[in-house]
Amino acid sequence: MSKTVKIRKGANINLKGSAEKKTTEAALSETFAIKPTDFHGMVPKMLVKVGDEVKAGTPLFYDKSNDRIKFVSPVSGEVAEIVRGAKRRILEVRVLADKTQKLIECSPIDISGMEAAQVCDVLMDGGLWPFIKRRPYDIIANPTEAPKSIFVSGFDSAPLGADIAYLLDGRETDFQNGINALAKMTAGKVHVNALVSDSSFISKTKNAQVNTFSGPHPAGTVGVQIHHIDPIAKGDVVWTVDPQAVAMIGRYLNTGKADFSKTIALVGSEVNDPQYLKVISGTNMKSILGGRIADGDTRIICGNVLSGLQVSADGYLGFFNNVVSVIPEGRDSQFIGWIAPNFHKFSLSHSYFSWLMPGKKYNLNTNTNGEGRAFVMSGQYEDVLPMDVYPVHLLKAIMTNDLDKMEGLGIYEVAPEDLALCEFACTSKTDVQSWVRKGLDMAMEELG
Amino acid sequence: MKIIKNLFDSLRPSFEEGGKFERYYTAFEAIETFAFVPNHVTHDGAHIKDAIDLKRTMFLVIVATIPALLFGMWNTGHQHFLAVGELVGLGEGLIDKFIFGALKVMPIVIVSYGVGLGVEFAMAVYKRHSVEEGFLVSGMLIPLIMPVEVPLWMVAVATIFAVVIGKEVFGGTGMNILNPALTARAFLFFAYPTKMSGNLVWVSTESKATVDGYSGETLLAQSINSSTDYIDQAGTAYGSVSDTLMAAFMGWVPGSIGETSTLAILIGGGLLLFTGIGSWRIMLSFFLGGLSMSYLFNLWGANPFMEVNPLLQLCMGGFMFGMVFMATDPVSAAQTNMGKWIYGFLAGLLGIMIRVFNPAYPEGIMMGILFMNVMAPLIDHYVVEASINRRMKRVTVTT
Repeated sequence: MSKTVKIRKGANINLKGSAEKKTTEAALSETFAIKPTDFHGMVPKMLVKVGDEVKAGTPLFYDKSNDRIKFVSPVSGEVAEIVRGAKRRILEVRVLADKTQKLIECSPIDISGMEAAQVCDVLMDGGLWPFIKRRPYDIIANPTEAPKSIFVSGFDSAPLGADIAYLLDGRETDFQNGINALAKMTAGKVHVNALVSDSSFISKTKNAQVNTFSGPHPAGTVGVQIHHIDPIAKGDVVWTVDPQAVAMIGRYLNTGKADFSKTIALVGSEVNDPQYLKVISGTNMKSILGGRIADGDTRIICGNVLSGLQVSADGYLGFFNNVVSVIPEGRDSQFIGWIAPNFHKFSLSHSYFSWLMPGKKYNLNTNTNGEGRAFVMSGQYEDVLPMDVYPVHLLKAIMTNDLDKMEGLGIYEVAPEDLALCEFACTSKTDVQSWVRKGLDMAMEELG
Repeated sequence: MKIIKNLFDSLRPSFEEGGKFERYYTAFEAIETFAFVPNHVTHDGAHIKDAIDLKRTMFLVIVATIPALLFGMWNTGHQHFLAVGELVGLGEGLIDKFIFGALKVMPIVIVSYGVGLGVEFAMAVYKRHSVEEGFLVSGMLIPLIMPVEVPLWMVAVATIFAVVIGKEVFGGTGMNILNPALTARAFLFFAYPTKMSGNLVWVSTESKATVDGYSGETLLAQSINSSTDYIDQAGTAYGSVSDTLMAAFMGWVPGSIGETSTLAILIGGGLLLFTGIGSWRIMLSFFLGGLSMSYLFNLWGANPFMEVNPLLQLCMGGFMFGMVFMATDPVSAAQTNMGKWIYGFLAGLLGIMIRVFNPAYPEGIMMGILFMNVMAPLIDHYVVEASINRRMKRVTVTT
């Protein structure tokens, strides 16, 4: 039944600033925002105007392609601003939060007698549907599709990743409830993937197949797990849900309350006291970072350092993020840095000395450490991608718009984050993840 | 450092858009990034990047060639003094031999780099792309695979040919089909065979009177007549096959500048394997390919060249140099792991086969590798197709 997978390829990057296991409640931020840009490919249609009063759980906008998929306000307050970018694309819907949150009457939702479609309706009404993503394409799931299985990765192997069991501490029943709801929505299995060493509630999840993984990053990436447990072929649909989102779904069903509070890990070498913080989804970064990060030129990233999104110090926390990473910017130019021994630099190759010090923790900055070049080295991507995929050939198929090749080489099985380590390792500094995204978009448009 | 940085900063405006030397921006950029790792930062995607870049990679390959280069300089001098009957002992006149060799070899290196980088910069300015680092290695490999008596103008012509026809017409570093350094050698080999083969090009005698019995023949050329009796440049016969093997392994035999010493090459090869820059799959399979072909020839034994001891066969000529520095070129080699095994094995096997079968010239490693360079995309194609077929088999047809 349950599978054990040993991942051999990949690499762990030891960075300074992993979160200590203590949780602080962050101050309630003045404003909150839902960012349509968090949901790739989704075109928002507004349901509110600036000045409207909203409660926690009031829909702010819906997905143009399916008006039942709603995106709700995480807090009660007043719609403060709709920020638009180029071509009037909506970037952020900001809500000015009430100082004291208004509570609405609510009661638990019993799904035990419900059909799949009814569970979908419940989640869509509660604004929790967007947490469910689909492969291929790594976009919001379509409620009318029947996934062959649903995957939840129970651990975060990325550099400075959060400890999921700690993150969900005290929310075990919520998590199990969420899994029960997911199990209703697929005729196949719900797969919960845990580390081999895991002894927490995650590996004791019921109503799901618990698989265990060992090995380096990207073992915790859900795409890699799908590849090893139940690979996606053309025509298959698999849903993926983040573990914290599972617990949020479970909590919603337990209470019926639109509660978007969650725990995140604030990590990175520029954080004074890396730790876990209790926040509400969409919170302003000021309430997360305030007084907690070092001065100087820093990069604030919603998500991990390999595939997160850069935000400004007064930006907003993304919808899916469990981690906020803060690392130094690398805008200095090093004199003949390509010859120097550079003991402080980290490389997966043996051309620097970092491989001799496997236990050392590094303080890496955002410098690219060289200029972009054509592909020269071979085998680098393959060494860090534990999938039966030829990544360079796949990228070349994408670059040359060759859809048949993309399909054959496994475009349906990958998401940008699965190849994040390839991008890190690349001697030629190729933007692997953005190319994968372009390939997915192209395949989605042409092949559906 | 600050002074240099300020110098670049003060010069930059005239090279940037609207500046006086706007056209030459890529040349300026190449020199600036050579001095300073650029201050570029990542955007979305991976916010941190591995410390390695192409400059570091190429630099390490150059470091790996240094043992072969230094030994080649000494050996050039040693062969000269052997041929003219002075300082014949191995330990004698170390400095004299080295200086003699350095004076012979350095001009070839300088011409190769000077001409090659000149063409690279001109191409970069003309095509407005950045100057890429590939030639840093080619520029060193070209001298190492030349006979010491090659005229400098031929080095220049071959280098231009290698950079322009071997590389730039395909789009530059990373796009070429053939190994540029081998392209240079193949060009000279077919265009000027008398200067690239025979018994007059391997040892620099400077028209001095040579010792009795001097022939200038390499071990390979001698193998055509006998697989057991070899002589050195002083006309002295080696005592046994293992003595010959020792000489070929250590490298005090005539041959192309950097190709003679298996030991020096393996030191460089060790660095390439250690840093992971050279593919161990290619090196190992290349070696196995050459070894199995040599054993096969031993079994066949139709002529003396086929009967050469397999280890001696692999230590002679350009086999080891080809294995460590030429076949492993990541751009012209196969790129899939499975493909590397096939590519390396066949390149080594074909190299020895051509060496023994070719009646005109007793060496074939260059041709073996170039042939497999051409075949590498085909090998990769089938390896990748196999992956595609595996994936297609998983598709369940629903009606």
